Amino acid sequence: MTALLLEDISFCHPGGGCLFHHLKLAIGAERVGFIGPNGSGKTTLFHIIMGLLKPDSGRILLDGRQVNDVRAWRQLRRQVGFLFQDADDQLFSPTVLEDVTFGPLNMGDDGPTAKAKAMATLESLDLAGFAGRITHQLSGGEKKLVALATILVMAPEILLLDEPTNNLDMATRERLVAILADLNLPMVIISHDFDFLAKSTDIIYSLDHGHLHRSESSHLHSHPHAHIYGDHPHAHGGY
Amino acid sequence: MNLECFSAGSSPLHRADVRLKMIGAFLLSVTVALCYSLSAPLLALGVALLLLGSARLPLVKVGRRLLVVNLFTLLFWLTLPFTVPGRTVMEAGPLVVSGAGINLAALITVKTNAIVLIFMALVATSGVTAIGHGLAGLKVPPRFCMLLLFTYRYIFVLQQEYQRLRRAALLRGFRPATTMHTYRTYGNLLGMTLVKSWQRGRRVQQAMELRGFQGRFYVLEGRPLAAADWGLLALLFGAALGVACMELLGAPGGWS
Repeated sequence: MTALLLEDISFCHPGGGCLFHHLKLAIGAERVGFIGPNGSGKTTLFHIIMGLLKPDSGRILLDGRQVNDVRAWRQLRRQVGFLFQDADDQLFSPTVLEDVTFGPLNMGDDGPTAKAKAMATLESLDLAGFAGRITHQLSGGEKKLVALATILVMAPEILLLDEPTNNLDMATRERLVAILADLNLPMVIISHDFDFLAKSTDIIYSLDHGHLHRSESSHLHSHPHAHIYGDHPHAHGGY
Repeated sequence: MNLECFSAGSSPLHRADVRLKMIGAFLLSVTVALCYSLSAPLLALGVALLLLGSARLPLVKVGRRLLVVNLFTLLFWLTLPFTVPGRTVMEAGPLVVSGAGINLAALITVKTNAIVLIFMALVATSGVTAIGHGLAGLKVPPRFCMLLLFTYRYIFVLQQEYQRLRRAALLRGFRPATTMHTYRTYGNLLGMTLVKSWQRGRRVQQAMELRGFQGRFYVLEGRPLAAADWGLLALLFGAALGVACMELLGAPGGWS
Protein backbone atom coordinates (compact mmCIF):
# COMPACT_ATOMS: atom_id res chain seq x y z
CA MET A 1 0.00 0.00 0.00
CA THR A 2 1.31 3.40 -0.96
CA ALA A 3 1.58 5.94 1.82
CA LEU A 4 1.99 9.65 1.33
CA LEU A 5 3.08 11.78 4.27
CA LEU A 6 3.07 15.56 4.38
CA GLU A 7 5.28 16.94 7.12
CA ASP A 8 5.41 20.44 8.41
CA ILE A 9 4.21 22.03 5.17
CA SER A 10 3.99 25.82 5.12
CA PHE A 11 3.07 27.87 2.10
CA CYS A 12 2.75 31.60 1.71
CA HIS A 13 1.83 33.59 -1.38
CA PRO A 14 4.64 35.87 -2.42
CA GLY A 15 3.82 39.17 -0.77
CA GLY A 16 0.47 37.81 0.43
CA GLY A 17 -0.98 35.85 3.28
CA CYS A 18 0.02 32.37 4.34
CA LEU A 19 -2.18 29.40 3.49
CA PHE A 20 -0.68 26.69 5.69
CA HIS A 21 1.35 26.67 8.87
CA HIS A 22 3.29 23.49 9.59
CA LEU A 23 0.58 21.29 8.17
CA LYS A 24 0.77 17.55 8.73
CA LEU A 25 -1.24 14.96 6.88
CA ALA A 26 -1.03 11.24 6.12
CA ILE A 27 -2.72 9.90 3.00
CA GLY A 28 -2.93 6.29 1.99
CA ALA A 29 -5.30 4.32 4.14
CA GLU A 30 -8.61 6.06 3.89
CA ARG A 31 -10.82 8.18 1.74
CA VAL A 32 -10.47 11.73 2.89
CA GLY A 33 -12.70 14.68 2.11
CA PHE A 34 -11.53 18.30 2.22
CA ILE A 35 -13.94 21.13 2.71
CA GLY A 36 -13.16 24.75 3.32
CA PRO A 37 -14.03 28.21 2.17
CA ASN A 38 -12.94 29.46 -1.26
CA GLY A 39 -9.35 30.57 -1.20
CA SER A 40 -8.44 28.48 1.83
CA GLY A 41 -5.80 26.64 -0.17
CA LYS A 42 -7.35 23.28 -0.92
CA THR A 43 -6.28 23.23 -4.56
CA THR A 44 -2.89 24.73 -3.63
CA LEU A 45 -2.33 21.82 -1.27
CA PHE A 46 -2.96 19.38 -4.15
CA HIS A 47 -0.51 21.28 -6.31
CA ILE A 48 2.09 21.04 -3.55
CA ILE A 49 1.52 17.30 -3.21
CA MET A 50 2.01 16.84 -6.97
CA GLY A 51 5.10 19.03 -7.05
CA LEU A 52 3.54 21.76 -9.18
CA LEU A 53 4.17 24.25 -6.37
CA LYS A 54 7.06 24.29 -3.95
CA PRO A 55 6.19 24.79 -0.28
CA ASP A 56 8.15 27.33 1.76
CA SER A 57 9.04 24.66 4.25
CA GLY A 58 8.29 21.04 5.01
CA ARG A 59 8.69 17.83 3.08
CA ILE A 60 6.71 15.13 1.37
CA LEU A 61 7.45 11.46 1.95
CA LEU A 62 6.37 8.72 -0.44
CA ASP A 63 6.54 5.29 1.19
CA GLY A 64 8.91 6.70 3.77
CA ARG A 65 11.35 8.30 1.32
CA GLN A 66 11.58 12.02 0.86
CA VAL A 67 10.52 13.27 -2.56
CA ASN A 68 13.21 15.73 -3.53
CA ASP A 69 14.54 15.09 -7.02
CA VAL A 70 13.14 14.78 -10.53
CA ARG A 71 13.08 11.00 -10.47
CA ALA A 72 11.26 10.88 -7.17
CA TRP A 73 8.64 13.35 -8.42
CA ARG A 74 8.17 11.29 -11.57
CA GLN A 75 7.62 8.24 -9.40
CA LEU A 76 5.12 10.10 -7.22
CA ARG A 77 3.21 11.36 -10.24
CA ARG A 78 2.99 7.82 -11.52
CA GLN A 79 1.54 6.61 -8.23
CA VAL A 80 -0.73 9.55 -7.48
CA GLY A 81 -3.44 10.54 -9.98
CA PHE A 82 -4.74 14.10 -9.93
CA LEU A 83 -8.10 15.00 -11.48
CA PHE A 84 -8.18 18.73 -12.31
CA GLN A 85 -11.13 20.95 -11.54
CA ASP A 86 -11.60 21.83 -15.21
CA ALA A 87 -11.63 18.81 -17.52
CA ASP A 88 -10.79 21.09 -20.46
CA ASP A 89 -7.33 21.51 -18.91
CA GLN A 90 -6.82 17.77 -18.87
CA LEU A 91 -8.16 16.71 -22.25
CA PHE A 92 -5.95 18.19 -24.93
CA SER A 93 -5.74 15.42 -27.52
CA PRO A 94 -8.07 15.48 -30.51
CA THR A 95 -9.75 12.17 -29.74
CA VAL A 96 -10.69 10.43 -26.51
CA LEU A 97 -8.60 7.35 -27.31
CA GLU A 98 -5.50 9.44 -27.92
CA ASP A 99 -5.97 11.32 -24.71
CA VAL A 100 -6.35 8.14 -22.67
CA THR A 101 -3.28 6.54 -24.32
CA PHE A 102 -1.15 9.66 -23.68
CA GLY A 103 -0.14 8.63 -20.14
CA PRO A 104 0.71 4.97 -20.92
CA LEU A 105 2.76 6.03 -23.99
CA ASN A 106 4.73 8.44 -21.81
CA MET A 107 5.31 5.61 -19.36
CA GLY A 108 6.96 3.66 -22.16
CA ASP A 109 4.18 1.37 -23.37
CA ASP A 110 4.13 0.65 -27.10
CA GLY A 111 1.12 1.64 -29.23
CA PRO A 112 -0.91 -1.59 -29.08
CA THR A 113 -0.37 -2.02 -25.32
CA ALA A 114 -1.35 1.58 -24.63
CA LYS A 115 -4.44 1.18 -26.80
CA ALA A 116 -5.45 -2.03 -25.05
CA LYS A 117 -5.05 -0.40 -21.62
CA ALA A 118 -7.02 2.63 -22.74
CA MET A 119 -9.86 0.52 -24.12
CA ALA A 120 -10.00 -1.57 -20.95
CA THR A 121 -10.19 1.57 -18.81
CA LEU A 122 -12.85 3.13 -21.00
CA GLU A 123 -14.86 -0.09 -20.87
CA SER A 124 -14.60 -0.25 -17.08
CA LEU A 125 -16.18 3.22 -16.97
CA ASP A 126 -18.84 2.32 -19.56
CA LEU A 127 -17.22 4.71 -22.02
CA ALA A 128 -16.15 2.21 -24.68
CA GLY A 129 -18.26 3.94 -27.31
CA PHE A 130 -16.40 7.21 -26.76
CA ALA A 131 -12.97 6.13 -28.02
CA GLY A 132 -13.26 7.84 -31.41
CA ARG A 133 -15.09 10.94 -30.18
CA ILE A 134 -13.53 14.40 -30.48
CA THR A 135 -12.72 15.62 -26.97
CA HIS A 136 -13.90 19.21 -27.29
CA GLN A 137 -17.29 18.07 -28.55
CA LEU A 138 -18.08 16.06 -25.40
CA SER A 139 -20.57 17.37 -22.84
CA GLY A 140 -19.30 18.61 -19.46
CA GLY A 141 -20.18 15.36 -17.70
CA GLU A 142 -18.63 13.22 -20.44
CA LYS A 143 -15.45 15.31 -20.30
CA LYS A 144 -15.22 14.75 -16.55
CA LEU A 145 -15.58 10.96 -16.88
CA VAL A 146 -13.06 10.80 -19.74
CA ALA A 147 -10.63 12.93 -17.71
CA LEU A 148 -11.02 10.38 -14.90
CA ALA A 149 -10.24 7.63 -17.43
CA THR A 150 -7.02 9.39 -18.47
CA ILE A 151 -5.93 9.24 -14.81
CA LEU A 152 -7.12 5.71 -14.05
CA VAL A 153 -5.40 4.21 -17.10
CA MET A 154 -2.07 4.99 -15.42
CA ALA A 155 -3.05 2.68 -12.55
CA PRO A 156 -2.57 5.21 -9.75
CA GLU A 157 -2.42 4.02 -6.15
CA ILE A 158 -3.83 7.22 -4.68
CA LEU A 159 -6.32 9.63 -6.24
CA LEU A 160 -6.59 13.37 -5.69
CA LEU A 161 -9.91 14.75 -6.97
CA ASP A 162 -10.44 18.51 -7.14
CA GLU A 163 -14.17 19.32 -6.95
CA PRO A 164 -15.17 16.39 -9.15
CA THR A 165 -18.93 17.02 -8.94
CA ASN A 166 -18.80 20.67 -10.03
CA ASN A 167 -21.34 21.36 -12.78
CA LEU A 168 -22.38 17.72 -13.06
CA ASP A 169 -26.03 16.81 -13.44
CA MET A 170 -27.71 14.39 -11.02
CA ALA A 171 -27.28 11.32 -13.22
CA THR A 172 -23.58 11.90 -13.93
CA ARG A 173 -22.97 12.73 -10.27
CA GLU A 174 -24.54 9.44 -9.20
CA ARG A 175 -22.50 7.65 -11.85
CA LEU A 176 -19.32 9.21 -10.45
CA VAL A 177 -20.29 8.18 -6.90
CA ALA A 178 -20.76 4.60 -8.11
CA ILE A 179 -17.46 4.58 -10.02
CA LEU A 180 -15.53 5.93 -7.03
CA ALA A 181 -17.20 3.43 -4.70
CA ASP A 182 -16.04 0.59 -6.96
CA LEU A 183 -12.47 1.80 -7.22
CA ASN A 184 -11.11 0.58 -3.92
CA LEU A 185 -8.35 3.21 -3.90
CA PRO A 186 -7.39 5.65 -1.18
CA MET A 187 -8.32 9.13 -2.28
CA VAL A 188 -8.53 12.75 -1.25
CA ILE A 189 -11.54 14.68 -2.52
CA ILE A 190 -11.99 18.44 -2.44
CA SER A 191 -15.65 19.34 -2.61
CA HIS A 192 -18.29 21.72 -1.36
CA ASP A 193 -20.85 19.00 -1.93
CA PHE A 194 -21.46 17.58 1.57
CA ASP A 195 -23.79 14.87 0.41
CA PHE A 196 -21.21 13.65 -2.12
CA LEU A 197 -18.41 13.71 0.48
CA ALA A 198 -20.56 11.80 2.96
CA LYS A 199 -21.18 9.11 0.34
CA SER A 200 -17.62 8.88 -0.95
CA THR A 201 -15.27 9.46 1.98
CA ASP A 202 -14.49 8.06 5.43
CA ILE A 203 -13.19 11.21 7.13
CA ILE A 204 -13.80 14.85 6.36
CA TYR A 205 -11.27 17.54 7.17
CA SER A 206 -11.98 21.20 7.01
CA LEU A 207 -9.19 23.54 6.05
CA ASP A 208 -9.49 26.77 7.93
CA HIS A 209 -6.90 29.51 8.43
CA GLY A 210 -4.06 27.23 7.50
CA HIS A 211 -4.96 24.32 9.74
CA LEU A 212 -6.73 21.04 9.10
CA HIS A 213 -9.52 20.13 11.48
CA ARG A 214 -11.07 16.73 11.56
CA SER A 215 -14.80 17.25 11.31
CA GLU A 216 -17.12 15.60 13.78
CA SER A 217 -18.67 12.47 12.41
CA SER A 218 -22.05 13.12 10.93
CA HIS A 219 -25.02 13.19 13.23
CA LEU A 220 -28.60 12.49 12.40
CA HIS A 221 -30.68 15.53 11.73
CA SER A 222 -33.60 16.48 9.64
CA HIS A 223 -34.79 19.64 8.02
CA PRO A 224 -37.86 20.29 5.98
CA HIS A 225 -37.57 21.36 2.39
CA ALA A 226 -39.96 21.78 -0.49
CA HIS A 227 -39.94 19.96 -3.78
CA ILE A 228 -41.06 22.83 -5.94
CA TYR A 229 -40.47 21.02 -9.20
CA GLY A 230 -42.50 17.96 -8.28
CA ASP A 231 -42.04 16.46 -11.73
CA HIS A 232 -38.30 16.20 -11.14
CA PRO A 233 -37.86 14.94 -7.56
CA HIS A 234 -34.25 14.62 -6.50
CA ALA A 235 -32.91 11.49 -4.89
CA HIS A 236 -32.40 11.55 -1.13
CA GLY A 237 -29.24 10.36 0.60
CA GLY A 238 -29.10 7.25 2.71
CA TYR A 239 -30.07 8.88 6.00
CA MET B 1 -17.49 29.51 -35.55
CA ASN B 2 -17.23 26.38 -37.63
CA LEU B 3 -13.83 25.61 -39.08
CA GLU B 4 -14.84 22.28 -40.52
CA CYS B 5 -18.01 23.02 -42.47
CA PHE B 6 -16.90 20.85 -45.43
CA SER B 7 -15.46 17.90 -43.53
CA ALA B 8 -18.70 15.97 -42.99
CA GLY B 9 -19.82 13.92 -45.97
CA SER B 10 -19.69 10.54 -47.60
CA SER B 11 -18.32 11.35 -51.06
CA PRO B 12 -15.35 9.37 -52.41
CA LEU B 13 -13.13 12.38 -51.63
CA HIS B 14 -14.34 12.47 -48.03
CA ARG B 15 -13.50 8.80 -47.64
CA ALA B 16 -10.08 8.96 -49.31
CA ASP B 17 -6.91 8.93 -47.22
CA VAL B 18 -6.00 12.43 -46.06
CA ARG B 19 -2.24 11.93 -46.57
CA LEU B 20 -2.54 11.11 -50.27
CA LYS B 21 -5.13 13.85 -50.74
CA MET B 22 -2.69 16.37 -49.28
CA ILE B 23 0.12 15.13 -51.52
CA GLY B 24 -2.18 15.42 -54.54
CA ALA B 25 -3.36 18.91 -53.57
CA PHE B 26 0.24 19.99 -53.05
CA LEU B 27 1.38 18.64 -56.44
CA LEU B 28 -1.52 20.22 -58.30
CA SER B 29 -1.31 23.61 -56.64
CA VAL B 30 2.47 23.92 -57.02
CA THR B 31 2.14 23.04 -60.71
CA VAL B 32 -0.59 25.65 -61.13
CA ALA B 33 1.37 28.27 -59.22
CA LEU B 34 4.40 27.84 -61.52
CA CYS B 35 2.44 28.38 -64.79
CA TYR B 36 2.91 31.49 -66.94
CA SER B 37 0.33 30.82 -69.64
CA LEU B 38 -3.40 31.13 -69.08
CA SER B 39 -4.47 27.86 -70.67
CA ALA B 40 -2.77 25.50 -68.21
CA PRO B 41 -4.34 27.10 -65.09
CA LEU B 42 -7.69 27.02 -66.93
CA LEU B 43 -7.28 23.27 -67.32
CA ALA B 44 -6.47 23.06 -63.59
CA LEU B 45 -9.58 25.10 -62.83
CA GLY B 46 -11.56 22.51 -64.81
CA VAL B 47 -9.95 19.72 -62.78
CA ALA B 48 -10.76 21.64 -59.59
CA LEU B 49 -14.42 21.97 -60.61
CA LEU B 50 -14.57 18.23 -61.34
CA LEU B 51 -13.09 17.51 -57.88
CA LEU B 52 -15.56 19.92 -56.31
CA GLY B 53 -18.40 18.10 -58.07
CA SER B 54 -17.25 14.71 -56.84
CA ALA B 55 -16.84 16.04 -53.28
CA ARG B 56 -20.51 17.15 -53.38
CA LEU B 57 -19.87 20.22 -51.23
CA PRO B 58 -22.68 22.69 -50.45
CA LEU B 59 -22.35 25.13 -53.35
CA VAL B 60 -23.70 28.16 -51.51
CA LYS B 61 -20.99 27.90 -48.87
CA VAL B 62 -18.35 27.29 -51.53
CA GLY B 63 -19.59 30.39 -53.37
CA ARG B 64 -19.43 32.49 -50.23
CA ARG B 65 -15.82 31.50 -49.65
CA LEU B 66 -14.89 32.16 -53.27
CA LEU B 67 -16.44 35.59 -52.90
CA VAL B 68 -14.00 36.42 -50.11
CA VAL B 69 -11.08 35.20 -52.20
CA ASN B 70 -12.22 37.19 -55.23
CA LEU B 71 -12.58 40.39 -53.26
CA PHE B 72 -8.83 40.05 -53.02
CA THR B 73 -8.35 39.37 -56.75
CA LEU B 74 -10.65 42.33 -57.49
CA LEU B 75 -7.84 44.55 -56.20
CA PHE B 76 -5.64 43.19 -58.98
CA TRP B 77 -8.31 43.93 -61.60
CA LEU B 78 -8.52 47.48 -60.29
CA THR B 79 -4.79 48.09 -60.55
CA LEU B 80 -2.92 45.76 -62.91
CA PRO B 81 -4.64 46.60 -66.27
CA PHE B 82 -3.69 50.28 -65.78
CA THR B 83 -0.19 49.83 -64.45
CA VAL B 84 1.44 46.93 -66.31
CA PRO B 85 3.12 48.17 -69.51
CA GLY B 86 2.03 46.46 -72.77
CA ARG B 87 0.03 46.80 -75.97
CA THR B 88 -2.88 49.18 -75.48
CA VAL B 89 -6.28 47.56 -75.97
CA MET B 90 -8.51 50.34 -74.68
CA GLU B 91 -8.26 53.98 -73.81
CA ALA B 92 -10.65 55.84 -71.55
CA GLY B 93 -9.56 59.39 -70.99
CA PRO B 94 -6.32 59.43 -69.02
CA LEU B 95 -6.56 55.69 -68.30
CA VAL B 96 -4.79 53.25 -70.60
CA VAL B 97 -5.68 49.57 -70.38
CA SER B 98 -2.90 47.20 -71.40
CA GLY B 99 -3.37 43.67 -72.72
CA ALA B 100 -0.54 42.39 -70.56
CA GLY B 101 -2.22 43.87 -67.49
CA ILE B 102 -5.52 42.16 -68.23
CA ASN B 103 -3.66 38.96 -68.93
CA LEU B 104 -1.83 39.08 -65.62
CA ALA B 105 -4.98 39.85 -63.63
CA ALA B 106 -6.81 37.00 -65.37
CA LEU B 107 -3.90 34.64 -64.70
CA ILE B 108 -3.85 35.49 -61.00
CA THR B 109 -7.64 35.12 -60.74
CA VAL B 110 -7.72 31.72 -62.44
CA LYS B 111 -4.76 30.41 -60.44
CA THR B 112 -6.16 31.63 -57.12
CA ASN B 113 -9.59 30.15 -57.70
CA ALA B 114 -8.17 26.87 -58.98
CA ILE B 115 -5.91 26.44 -55.93
CA VAL B 116 -8.62 27.42 -53.44
CA LEU B 117 -11.08 24.98 -55.05
CA ILE B 118 -8.46 22.19 -55.10
CA PHE B 119 -7.84 22.69 -51.38
CA MET B 120 -11.55 22.84 -50.62
CA ALA B 121 -12.24 19.62 -52.49
CA LEU B 122 -9.17 17.70 -51.29
CA VAL B 123 -8.08 19.06 -47.90
CA ALA B 124 -11.19 20.71 -46.42
CA THR B 125 -13.05 17.42 -46.89
CA SER B 126 -11.01 16.06 -43.96
CA GLY B 127 -11.37 17.30 -40.37
CA VAL B 128 -8.59 19.26 -38.73
CA THR B 129 -7.84 16.29 -36.48
CA ALA B 130 -7.39 14.01 -39.47
CA ILE B 131 -5.22 16.61 -41.21
CA GLY B 132 -3.00 16.87 -38.12
CA HIS B 133 -2.61 13.09 -38.02
CA GLY B 134 -2.06 12.99 -41.77
CA LEU B 135 0.74 15.55 -41.53
CA ALA B 136 2.34 13.47 -38.80
CA GLY B 137 1.99 10.44 -41.06
CA LEU B 138 3.80 12.36 -43.81
CA LYS B 139 6.71 12.87 -41.39
CA VAL B 140 6.09 16.58 -40.93
CA PRO B 141 7.94 17.50 -37.68
CA PRO B 142 5.68 16.59 -34.74
CA ARG B 143 5.97 20.09 -33.29
CA PHE B 144 4.12 21.54 -36.27
CA CYS B 145 1.42 18.86 -36.16
CA MET B 146 0.94 19.38 -32.44
CA LEU B 147 0.83 23.15 -32.93
CA LEU B 148 -2.01 22.66 -35.38
CA LEU B 149 -3.88 20.20 -33.19
CA PHE B 150 -3.48 22.25 -29.99
CA THR B 151 -4.55 25.44 -31.75
CA TYR B 152 -7.62 23.66 -32.99
CA ARG B 153 -8.34 22.10 -29.60
CA TYR B 154 -8.18 25.37 -27.64
CA ILE B 155 -9.35 27.96 -30.15
CA PHE B 156 -12.95 27.19 -29.21
CA VAL B 157 -12.23 27.31 -25.49
CA LEU B 158 -10.54 30.70 -25.89
CA GLN B 159 -13.33 31.95 -28.12
CA GLN B 160 -15.87 30.89 -25.48
CA GLU B 161 -13.87 32.69 -22.80
CA TYR B 162 -13.79 35.84 -24.91
CA GLN B 163 -17.52 35.56 -25.61
CA ARG B 164 -18.27 35.14 -21.91
CA LEU B 165 -16.38 38.32 -21.10
CA ARG B 166 -18.00 40.19 -23.98
CA ARG B 167 -21.46 39.07 -22.96
CA ALA B 168 -20.79 40.15 -19.39
CA ALA B 169 -19.86 43.60 -20.71
CA LEU B 170 -22.90 43.79 -22.99
CA LEU B 171 -25.25 42.75 -20.19
CA ARG B 172 -24.00 45.64 -18.13
CA GLY B 173 -25.03 48.07 -20.80
CA PHE B 174 -21.83 48.30 -22.85
CA ARG B 175 -22.48 49.65 -26.35
CA PRO B 176 -19.45 49.91 -28.62
CA ALA B 177 -18.92 53.39 -30.03
CA THR B 178 -15.98 55.46 -31.17
CA THR B 179 -15.00 56.54 -27.69
CA MET B 180 -12.05 56.09 -25.38
CA HIS B 181 -14.30 54.05 -23.11
CA THR B 182 -14.95 51.58 -25.95
CA TYR B 183 -11.27 51.26 -26.79
CA ARG B 184 -10.37 50.78 -23.16
CA THR B 185 -13.08 48.14 -22.73
CA TYR B 186 -11.95 46.20 -25.80
CA GLY B 187 -8.38 46.51 -24.59
CA ASN B 188 -9.41 45.02 -21.27
CA LEU B 189 -11.39 42.24 -22.96
CA LEU B 190 -8.47 41.26 -25.17
CA GLY B 191 -5.99 41.60 -22.31
CA MET B 192 -8.12 39.46 -20.04
CA THR B 193 -8.53 36.83 -22.77
CA LEU B 194 -4.75 36.81 -23.21
CA VAL B 195 -4.15 36.35 -19.48
CA LYS B 196 -6.74 33.58 -19.30
CA SER B 197 -5.22 31.84 -22.32
CA TRP B 198 -1.82 31.99 -20.72
CA GLN B 199 -3.17 30.53 -17.48
CA ARG B 200 -5.03 27.84 -19.40
CA GLY B 201 -1.85 26.98 -21.29
CA ARG B 202 -0.02 26.60 -18.01
CA ARG B 203 -2.66 24.32 -16.56
CA VAL B 204 -2.68 22.17 -19.68
CA GLN B 205 1.10 21.88 -19.48
CA GLN B 206 0.87 20.89 -15.81
CA ALA B 207 -1.75 18.26 -16.61
CA MET B 208 0.53 16.86 -19.33
CA GLU B 209 3.55 16.78 -17.06
CA LEU B 210 1.59 14.98 -14.34
CA ARG B 211 0.91 12.27 -16.89
CA GLY B 212 4.59 11.82 -17.59
CA PHE B 213 5.03 14.15 -20.57
CA GLN B 214 8.73 14.69 -21.28
CA GLY B 215 8.62 16.47 -24.62
CA ARG B 216 7.93 13.46 -26.84
CA PHE B 217 4.73 13.09 -28.77
CA TYR B 218 3.35 9.79 -29.91
CA VAL B 219 0.99 9.33 -32.80
CA LEU B 220 -1.20 6.26 -33.01
CA GLU B 221 -1.12 4.40 -36.31
CA GLY B 222 -3.71 5.45 -38.86
CA ARG B 223 -5.64 3.13 -41.16
CA PRO B 224 -3.71 1.35 -43.92
CA LEU B 225 -3.92 2.72 -47.46
CA ALA B 226 -6.40 1.08 -49.84
CA ALA B 227 -6.18 0.65 -53.61
CA ALA B 228 -8.77 3.43 -54.08
CA ASP B 229 -6.48 5.88 -52.24
CA TRP B 230 -3.59 5.11 -54.59
CA GLY B 231 -5.97 5.37 -57.54
CA LEU B 232 -6.96 8.87 -56.50
CA LEU B 233 -3.32 9.88 -56.07
CA ALA B 234 -2.54 8.51 -59.56
CA LEU B 235 -5.43 10.54 -61.00
CA LEU B 236 -4.28 13.72 -59.26
CA PHE B 237 -0.71 13.10 -60.35
CA GLY B 238 -1.94 12.60 -63.93
CA ALA B 239 -3.88 15.87 -63.75
CA ALA B 240 -0.81 17.74 -62.49
CA LEU B 241 1.24 16.17 -65.28
CA GLY B 242 -1.41 17.22 -67.83
CA VAL B 243 -1.33 20.82 -66.57
CA ALA B 244 2.49 20.81 -66.71
CA CYS B 245 2.52 19.40 -70.27
CA MET B 246 0.03 22.00 -71.42
CA GLU B 247 2.19 24.72 -69.91
CA LEU B 248 5.40 23.42 -71.48
CA LEU B 249 4.06 22.37 -74.90
CA GLY B 250 0.99 24.50 -75.45
CA ALA B 251 0.85 27.85 -77.24
CA PRO B 252 0.71 30.86 -74.93
CA GLY B 253 -2.80 32.22 -74.87
CA GLY B 254 -4.10 35.68 -74.09
CA TRP B 255 -3.07 39.06 -75.33
CA SER B 256 0.61 39.10 -74.47
